[in-house]
Amino acid sequence: MSGPSDYQPSNPALQWIERRLPIFGLMHSSFVAYPTPRNLNYWWTFGAILSFMLGMQILTGVILAMHYTPHADLAFKSVELIVRDVNYGWLLRNMHAVGASMFFVAVYVHMFRGLYYGSYKEPREVLWILGVIIYLLMMATGFMGYVLPWGQMSFWGATVITNLFSAIPYVGESIVTLLWGGYSVGNPTLNRFFSLHYLLPFLIAGVVVLHVWALHVAGQNNPDGVEPKTEKDTVPFTPHATIKDMFGVACFMLLYAWFIFYMPNYLGDADNYIPANPGVTPPHIVPEWYYLPFYAILRSIPNKLAGVVAMFGAIIILCFLPWLDAAKTKSSKYRPLAKQFFWIFVVVCILLGYLGAQPPEGIYVVAGRVLTVCYFAYFLIVLPLLSRIEKPRPVPNSISDAVLAKTGSRSTPMVSTAILLALAGSLFAGSIDSAKASEGSDTPPGNKWSFSGPFGTFDRGALQRGLKVYKEVCSSCHGLSYIAFRNLAEAGGPGYSVAQASAFASEYKVKDGPNDAGDMFERAGRPADYFPSPFPNEQAARAANGGAAPPDLSLITKARSYKRGFPWFIFDVFTQYQEQGPDYVTALLQGYEEKVPEGVTIPEGSYYNKYFPGHAIKMPKPLSDGQVTYDDGSPTTVAQYAKDVTTFLMWTAEPHMEARKRLGFQVFVFLILFAGLMYFTKKKVWASSH
Amino acid sequence: MNPDASTIAAGAPIEVDLSPVAEGQDIKVFWRGKPIYISHRTKKQIEEARAVNVASLPDPQTDEARVKSGHDQWLVVIGICTHLGCIPIAHEGSYDGFFCPCHGSVYDTSGRIRQGPAPSNLPVPPYQFVSDTKIQIG
Repeated sequence: MSGPSDYQPSNPALQWIERRLPIFGLMHSSFVAYPTPRNLNYWWTFGAILSFMLGMQILTGVILAMHYTPHADLAFKSVELIVRDVNYGWLLRNMHAVGASMFFVAVYVHMFRGLYYGSYKEPREVLWILGVIIYLLMMATGFMGYVLPWGQMSFWGATVITNLFSAIPYVGESIVTLLWGGYSVGNPTLNRFFSLHYLLPFLIAGVVVLHVWALHVAGQNNPDGVEPKTEKDTVPFTPHATIKDMFGVACFMLLYAWFIFYMPNYLGDADNYIPANPGVTPPHIVPEWYYLPFYAILRSIPNKLAGVVAMFGAIIILCFLPWLDAAKTKSSKYRPLAKQFFWIFVVVCILLGYLGAQPPEGIYVVAGRVLTVCYFAYFLIVLPLLSRIEKPRPVPNSISDAVLAKTGSRSTPMVSTAILLALAGSLFAGSIDSAKASEGSDTPPGNKWSFSGPFGTFDRGALQRGLKVYKEVCSSCHGLSYIAFRNLAEAGGPGYSVAQASAFASEYKVKDGPNDAGDMFERAGRPADYFPSPFPNEQAARAANGGAAPPDLSLITKARSYKRGFPWFIFDVFTQYQEQGPDYVTALLQGYEEKVPEGVTIPEGSYYNKYFPGHAIKMPKPLSDGQVTYDDGSPTTVAQYAKDVTTFLMWTAEPHMEARKRLGFQVFVFLILFAGLMYFTKKKVWASSH
Repeated sequence: MNPDASTIAAGAPIEVDLSPVAEGQDIKVFWRGKPIYISHRTKKQIEEARAVNVASLPDPQTDEARVKSGHDQWLVVIGICTHLGCIPIAHEGSYDGFFCPCHGSVYDTSGRIRQGPAPSNLPVPPYQFVSDTKIQIG
């Protein structure tokens, strides 16, 4: 993209096109012959990773949109049907949902890299600002995408974020009405968000083209921050950068696949498996993790308008970075002070992210204010000041000098970073104690589940027994509306034959119609029918159960969770622990106690349960020893019932879990081989350049 | 992109029968997709609402201005936190009024903001008494 190309294709057909539209020359000069600095490190592969993620999101998104229904009454169900019934729908959905998070992981690395190596400085200001625009568009796209499944967090996240605009004086309320298309967040809102969520990625793709264009005009920055001078300083983009980028993408795909196949719900919120309910606000409204630092800034300011201004200001300020930091030396490698402050800033951002997920009370509010000040001070005080007082180390004459001198580089001890990390650690430790003390309910004990871990499978016996417990006990109040009788005969399920599933279905009476006379009638169930719900609607369920509607159990093991707290939520990424839901459900079923502890008052018509948040549950103790008979000789105890029915409900929540983990293993074997191949090819290609 | 005709039509006034709401109780009805709290306040709650120094409030408004005279026991407010739109919980918080679980705003028995980040009182929707036990919202 930098000037006319002298590239001539050898094929006559391509030559014919090239004379009329020099597209191959453009490709050749941009991605083949383009000179790239030879000292780039792996942080520079994130540009390619981001392009890959954008392509992935658009591809999976377009297919998902073919199956999704943007209507307030149907959206939640249509997402569940994608996961359950569409061929590899679970994979598409996980790829898209996890992909959004991975996109942000990559963009944050990319931005911090730009910050560290001064990639925003002359002559790359426009390149940087285009990047900030892409980031803003990504945030809008991500937010609207999160609304589409229409769960509780979707709905309330949409309410909170759209209300941000009501802080604007005079026109705020009208802007909010325009966003909603009504008097509150509702069906028109969902429709327009779907439309915009489909549109914005293509705008992003357009700005990405401008971003790459600006990059290829200004040339890439590099870890030493000196511009290439001679041909010795650069290598051709292909094969050098191409192969390195492919290795980077392969490594990133390993991380991506880890979440897709083994931890698909880790980055989401359990509340989003509860359908949206405009009448109930979840106790904690938490945005997706990638917005948390900005959410923390919003909440730490006690004035509404000022909070909103600060939140948007925290992003907009990035546009002015090229002029706030006037230091001539680009790379922090040669700026001893800037380097240390950079790492402090990284820690500040991470801590702000942590605070954004905490309830806005006590020490969190104070810490949030301190860190908000730190965030802005970095841009408004530290960087302008450093450019005046800091004495940078001498930069090498050229990139080739830097590459040759590489062996002699020394690492600076970063004392301040260590101190700050220690401080952060103690802050975390303090916050765990206060969080533990403030929470009223006990943490459910962990269990050994057959379905946990990378090779977990469902215990068929437990699934069949759990179905029996559901049918004989739970089903009198709780529905199972996303499960059809045919599912009982599907692979990875309880292991019934098609005939057995049909026989099971025929024991149920299902309402059908209208017939020719216009009447509804009852008939025996068929495999394609869904489990009938015990109540015709939520109000009836509520009225029959003392005001608390028994929730549908199809998704209950994914819709319930408890706070893991620091540092467990970090360990969980590596141990693949994601059985909070099953642990909670099984503990709840066994958590009834006759004797109410002192200091707890249980209202009339409620029961004491050790693990229920607030301890007062409307559901009476559902299970007792010997209540359900087992044919296979398993003990007929409450503990066994609880465990069996929880296993069954884990299957109803995630019927394709076995296929997911099995495919995950195959993908990992392939990716590891592929990454290894890329690595050795890269070594070979670069052998002559080092 | 403003609301379409059917959305506006669905937002027409509604009538609510107050006779089943006992003293100290409150009900939640939906109008234009917004929750409306109708509280039958106790004597104590009314007194609490009237005892405060109005000038000391973040958004000064008398309790008399927020209810219909002659029907002082009935408080009708839009149950949407003026901070960022969550639904406050009735009968919670340190002022016996409403408490918003999202960002900790506390409202008193007149729905006025007393504590937290919300900038203004819970708004009173347009309504009038059709009879002693029936109101029309809208």
